Amino acid sequence: MSYEIAMCLSEQTQMRIHCIYHMTIEKQYYLHMKFKPKHMFFILSLCFLIYSISIYLKPLSIKEDSKFNKEKASEGRLVWQAYNCQSCHQLYSLGGYLGPDLTNIISNPSKGEKTVRALVKSGTKQMPAFNLTDNEMNLLIEFLKSTDASGKSDLRSFSIDKFGMIEKNETN
Amino acid sequence: MKLIKFNIGKLFLVTSLCMLMLGLFFGIFAAIIYIFPDFMKLQLGFVSLRPLHVSSAIFWIILGATGCIYNGLKQYITEARTYKIALIQWILWIFAIIGIVTSYFNKDFGGREYWEFNPIWALPIAIAWILFLVNFYSLVKKVKDWPVYIWMWLTGVLFFLFTFSENYLWIFPYFREHFITDMTIQWKVNGSLVGSWNQILYGTAFFLMDKISNSKNTGTNKFAFAMYFLGLFNLMFNWGHHIYTLPTENYIRYIGYIVSMTEWVFFIKIIYDWRASINAIQKNYHYFPYRFIMAADIWVFLNMGQAILMSIPAINIYTHGTHVTVAHAMGTTIGINTMILLAACFEFFNKKDKSKYLNYLFWLLQISLLVFWLSLNGAGIQKGIWQLSNHQESYSKMMESLRPDFIVFAFAGLGLLIALSSFAIILINTAKKT
Repeated sequence: MSYEIAMCLSEQTQMRIHCIYHMTIEKQYYLHMKFKPKHMFFILSLCFLIYSISIYLKPLSIKEDSKFNKEKASEGRLVWQAYNCQSCHQLYSLGGYLGPDLTNIISNPSKGEKTVRALVKSGTKQMPAFNLTDNEMNLLIEFLKSTDASGKSDLRSFSIDKFGMIEKNETN
Repeated sequence: MKLIKFNIGKLFLVTSLCMLMLGLFFGIFAAIIYIFPDFMKLQLGFVSLRPLHVSSAIFWIILGATGCIYNGLKQYITEARTYKIALIQWILWIFAIIGIVTSYFNKDFGGREYWEFNPIWALPIAIAWILFLVNFYSLVKKVKDWPVYIWMWLTGVLFFLFTFSENYLWIFPYFREHFITDMTIQWKVNGSLVGSWNQILYGTAFFLMDKISNSKNTGTNKFAFAMYFLGLFNLMFNWGHHIYTLPTENYIRYIGYIVSMTEWVFFIKIIYDWRASINAIQKNYHYFPYRFIMAADIWVFLNMGQAILMSIPAINIYTHGTHVTVAHAMGTTIGINTMILLAACFEFFNKKDKSKYLNYLFWLLQISLLVFWLSLNGAGIQKGIWQLSNHQESYSKMMESLRPDFIVFAFAGLGLLIALSSFAIILINTAKKT
């Protein structure tokens, strides 16, 4: 008897059929699934590994950007981490929640490189002053140039497509 | 011989309860900074308090999860070698915790958000985890026809090691020099790392359900396995929903979107079935484990709704980078993970007390968490509207306008501190006596 027909019967009968249905399914399940969890686990793990490796290989196909020095920018990333800037600030809206997003601070007409240098040295009402060396400061600026060159983080520059996914507006 | 009698799982759980109290303590200080921005600015500041709070909370969950596995498998722990390995594992964790906490006080950072610390401390953690994997495998190979919770524990243990190692790929300039790929990997790791410990904790929830209902049904039925594979599938592929706005490849964003939509559904179903299957005597006998699992059930429901909504890109654009994300993180960490761990502590420590005092604490915890969660969501929605406004005020003015939400959030946090610390102290005292 199909499960759909059972739904039209009385509540008590429904309950009985429901139990029998589940017992049958479980019995079938134990008969057939002896090795299935293991197989499924390995198939999914293999897919995950392939997916991970495809992401690790991405840098090989990325063209270099002349707007910043990639070696210095990568060292600047370490300065960003060493002073734990991420505890308060965000990049592409990912990070802390106390301070503003800094992805495009370098190209922001009202902020820019000079403001960053001044704010880091002097601090603000809630941000302490950071005593960076000149070299550290230059590396940090290079890192922020690289984040700026990677794209725009302003969420107003997105629109929603027919699948419900958000996409960058072409004008941005 | 003495070593054999020693309950290693309990040692991990008691240590994790201490970390819970530490995390709450630092959390309150961090919350005060949202109201008084220059509070402790020159001494510790948010730059130290945030990682102190986050790391302590993560230690609570990971050490608790480890304790749950050792307790769950204790009938198979018969060899002195297993105890020795577990004890070395615990010592390595203590060494890493002391090192990490001290480094935050010395402002010695260097890791990646959001579980960030100087990478040197990742070494003892990685070694401890490898020892755990060795111990775990030697124990579960004695078990025939694994129930779903053993599969979930195995997945959690294995994938934690994988993602924890992946978390340090940035050490190599090859990855660090390409900002977008680097960020993609960072959030792949963050998503999968959370998925790993969730696997251990949900496995523990299934283990407890079997124990409370005194049957083997919950951990072996087909829905449990379907739920497990769905969880595993999400652990592996749903992290893309963190980076919808990052200019990474479209397929990563779409995979994250599609996979996220399948999340959580079976977990609710399985708990619902389990609740109907146990009788009043069993509920009464396992009073607090039952209540905490049921509380986790409700928090799963609330957070599931929120997670599904947040995974829809058209809604995500309003919640991304706002306190709605924090509400979700706190809601799942306290509402689900902490409730399951407290249920496990009550069960493993055999705490049968049903006093009014404990009931008041239970409700203080639930109400405080609800207010905490709502206030963060309120702040997040306001920030989300600001983010997409064409006439934005300055960032500081927007943050100032969220102050009432932050005041409510801080007071609710105080309620959480009182309730959870009281539970922790009571449970530690019980563990001492037993």
